[in-house]
Amino acid sequence: MPYIPHTEDERQAMLEVIGARSVDDLFAGIPPALRPTTDELSDSAAPAERPTTFDLPPAMSEFAVRRKLHTLAEKNATHLVSFVGGGFYDHFIPAAVDALANRTEFVTAYTPYQPEMSQGILQAMYEYQSALCRLTGMEVANASLYDGGTALYEAMMMAIRVTRRPKIIIDGCVSPIYRRMMDCYTTNLDIELITVEPREGRTDRQELERLLDDRTAAVMLQNPNFFGIVDDFTDLVNAAHGAGALAVASVYPVSLGILKTPGEMGFDIVTGEGQSLGLPLSFGGPYLGFMTCLKKHVRKMPGRIIGATRDGEERRGFVMTLQAREQHIRRQKATSNICSNEALCAVRAVIYLSLIGKRGLASVARMCAAKAAYARRRLTAIDGVEALCDAPTFNEFALSLPVENAAEVVNELIEKNIAAGFPLGRYYPDLQNVLLIAVTEKRTKEEIGLLAEALEAAL
Amino acid sequence: MKLIFEKGVPGRPGTSLPEPELPLDLDIPAELLRQTEAELPEVSELDVVRHFTQLSRRNFGVDCGFYPLGSCTMKYNPKLGDEVSTYEGFRELHPLLPQLRIGGMLTQGALQVIHELERLLCEITGMAAFTMQPLAGAHGELTGVMLIAAYHRAAGGGKTKIIVPDSAHGTNPASAAIGGFQVVPVPSDRNGFMDLDAFRKALDDQVAAVMLTCPNTLGLFNPHIKDIADLTHKAGGLMYYDGANLNAILGKCRPGDIGFDVVHLNLHKTFATPHGGGGPGAGPVGVRSELVDFLPTSLVEKRGDGTYVLRYDKKNSIGYVAPFYGNFGVLVRAYAYVLALGRAGLIKAAEHAVLNANYVLARLRDHFDVPYDGLCMHECVLSAERQTRNDVHATDIAKALIDRGFHPPTVYFPLIVKEALMIEPTETESKDTLDAFCDAMIEIAELTETDPEALRRAPVSTPVSRLDEYAAARELDLASH
Amino acid sequence: MAERDVQDDLKYTKQHEWVRVEGETATVGITDFAQQALGEVTYIELPEPGTEVEQGKELAVVESLKAASDVYAPASGTVASVNPDLEDQPDLINTDPYGAGWLCTIEGVGESELGRLLSSGQYRELLNQEES
Repeated sequence: MPYIPHTEDERQAMLEVIGARSVDDLFAGIPPALRPTTDELSDSAAPAERPTTFDLPPAMSEFAVRRKLHTLAEKNATHLVSFVGGGFYDHFIPAAVDALANRTEFVTAYTPYQPEMSQGILQAMYEYQSALCRLTGMEVANASLYDGGTALYEAMMMAIRVTRRPKIIIDGCVSPIYRRMMDCYTTNLDIELITVEPREGRTDRQELERLLDDRTAAVMLQNPNFFGIVDDFTDLVNAAHGAGALAVASVYPVSLGILKTPGEMGFDIVTGEGQSLGLPLSFGGPYLGFMTCLKKHVRKMPGRIIGATRDGEERRGFVMTLQAREQHIRRQKATSNICSNEALCAVRAVIYLSLIGKRGLASVARMCAAKAAYARRRLTAIDGVEALCDAPTFNEFALSLPVENAAEVVNELIEKNIAAGFPLGRYYPDLQNVLLIAVTEKRTKEEIGLLAEALEAAL
Repeated sequence: MKLIFEKGVPGRPGTSLPEPELPLDLDIPAELLRQTEAELPEVSELDVVRHFTQLSRRNFGVDCGFYPLGSCTMKYNPKLGDEVSTYEGFRELHPLLPQLRIGGMLTQGALQVIHELERLLCEITGMAAFTMQPLAGAHGELTGVMLIAAYHRAAGGGKTKIIVPDSAHGTNPASAAIGGFQVVPVPSDRNGFMDLDAFRKALDDQVAAVMLTCPNTLGLFNPHIKDIADLTHKAGGLMYYDGANLNAILGKCRPGDIGFDVVHLNLHKTFATPHGGGGPGAGPVGVRSELVDFLPTSLVEKRGDGTYVLRYDKKNSIGYVAPFYGNFGVLVRAYAYVLALGRAGLIKAAEHAVLNANYVLARLRDHFDVPYDGLCMHECVLSAERQTRNDVHATDIAKALIDRGFHPPTVYFPLIVKEALMIEPTETESKDTLDAFCDAMIEIAELTETDPEALRRAPVSTPVSRLDEYAAARELDLASH
Repeated sequence: MAERDVQDDLKYTKQHEWVRVEGETATVGITDFAQQALGEVTYIELPEPGTEVEQGKELAVVESLKAASDVYAPASGTVASVNPDLEDQPDLINTDPYGAGWLCTIEGVGESELGRLLSSGQYRELLNQEES
């Protein structure tokens, strides 16, 4: 049996010590009515008849499992040159990230309940918290949430806890992938969630300020927004504070290599997706939700938090702290129900940021911006192709195509092994002809050229 | 050990980056740019490699030694799972690809993995369908609570409460409260089972659901569980199964057959995906057929021609609890695990998990207080109350185990046992490992009489000794700036 | 049984709060039993002065390493003042729960509500029962 080491002799010896006759006796606590007949299967022979329940396939050797999974992996299109973003980006991951993050002492550990034997992960998490604070310009961070969407939801709940107000204003330029999650989570709660429709890919500042009142807990914005547009939201942060509300920003960490930080703009809570910090795309997860905030709100912040302290010999060490807020103590009054989070992903992120370093992150950000700007120039030079909006963008931009449905054009380009971008019609019904194109440091000048040629041919 | 920020020098080059190919001038206006650079480390690749290698050596995983954390199911994480999750076809796949070409034709392999795992989990638990979206166990609980809310809303509403035994894991009441319900805690009897009289009194027509784990957090199977299910259903409520302890009953009985309507599983427990120091995990949720319509959007269906498609058109779906399809990288590992074990392997897993826990209980019952007589299932709970007479507490026993090369069991949980030590060996541990652990526990019990001070000083073999948690909570040094 | 200080000139609640009444003003804290159960207090979340509170409803939260306990208002009224020393010295609740560790004062408390509180003798009884 795979991974089960017992011999028959050992089983017998153990049963003797227990005082039971057979392993079956150990399950006597299960009422017979609940135990369906499970026929005994020999390890090697095929069953004579299908079992009536628990009808699962027989065991496969490691060799056979690898073969099967390899075949399945090959049935996915990874040969496409990708310009797809939407919040999840194909960035370069240095080899050392895997080598270090896959160290088994990290991978096979559990939540560090015994700090003395878990200083490795605890220090790595403290360093991760520190890195995120420095990146976003904020004061404290938690040790990770599930992804950028649940992080935004947790920020919403946190703002409601802090202000004790029921209304949330969310910009329609915030990722629709996240906004639909917010809709789902608030269904059964007494929360008023209002979306401000975008105006040509930009925040409708007038409408947003009009909606601000003394029932507003928070205003939620994204930078760069879902259309890739870069903004300075200091004015809206001030407006929110003027109404006694908090300001929440969802941000793209790589962009913070060069862009004005949410801390500089005065935001109270910052969330985002950390996938771009050394995590593979992995078809939707595991990802990394991060949250940073002002220190005055730290007791209302969900998630694990690692703090520095000393032992009896004055040596520095790290522990999980402020646990009284968490589910295992506070139970139904906890700040969140989160227990397991994305710790290993956070370790990947801090390893990535350490490898890339201060200069490196700025370089990666510049490369993304420069290559995207080049792509934007090449593509808008095509007849009929226009930028959705004239504003500055980072590594992603929305193009209005001279067709009815951008999705058709994308399908055509797949034949040429190019994933040209993400058609927005699915999320924004009046933008059926708009394509969202992302460019990272991995895309070459040649690949961008191919995209431009192929797009021109298709139109 | 220094922080990574305390290493390096200004200007030291980091790791190699892709070729720029273009001049790096920005056409973003200066007022949109940050004023100062992010103060990230300036270290070499070797600096980073040494730093995190040294950190890893200050950590302890299942691969290092015995890790009997109760209700965490720290079984061996097969390296087979690590390997298959790195296949390029899975790893490099962008989650928006299925939305580029109708029918998800670009991602058939990944969709097949999700679908097949879903079918296997249905068969294992006796449920009609699963959503793989929840990203952890507690996330699965919240999803389950939302499904229950949707079900009752569609049936007319009026259900505001969820019953939770006081022996439950903290995520249960937290999830219920966050899902918008009033939590009604019911006291447990001597065996950690819900007091049936108290339960009957609490059960009214406002109860949306009862959240239970089976076996319970004491490792005991409730003989009245079917009655509880029947009573709950009669009162119009649903039964929720917290799958944390599924490892005890694989192949022996199924939550669906007991009468549970909503089930969440912890893939990072029962299905051997690594814990990663606190995640990533996955908490898929299974439901009875009456609730299938409410499952989160994007279910994978197999069409007649054998291809797989994502269904987005479920009108009554609660929507999206995750951005996409769940933690796919974790799902792949769990899938490989179920394939490798097969029917017989999963049954044997439960059998040996229960055998191991009972063996530990049998060897230790004369040296520690045992709150509950008789056999246990996959985990046993001891109490260190006897040892407190010498001013030795569960914490001290835990710290002494660290010095002997073991990760301690869970301490002080469940709350209903004083000085609790909750031990879950799992099936992947051999008899000699269990013997070494029991020998160490017995030695510690003896030291309680002969040299308790030594236990209170433990651990002494780790990079740091006991840390001042009070100072941590007061000083709140949560980041280096 | 451990030493549990119970002061005679105070009134008590079943949730282990104490009350010192002077005219219409009540000073509130948690008892010696409560602070021992909590362990070293790390933080207290106090209400804003001016907040209206109701008897039996949540007034404050006291956090220690292992617990976060709700403190309930022993009587209805308006929060008049909060103990300013607790921010820097939350452990005053442990060292001097009936004196320097007071939490806040409530104004406008009524006779009938105060009448429902426990006397020191009744509170001692309650502690005896809890211990057994």
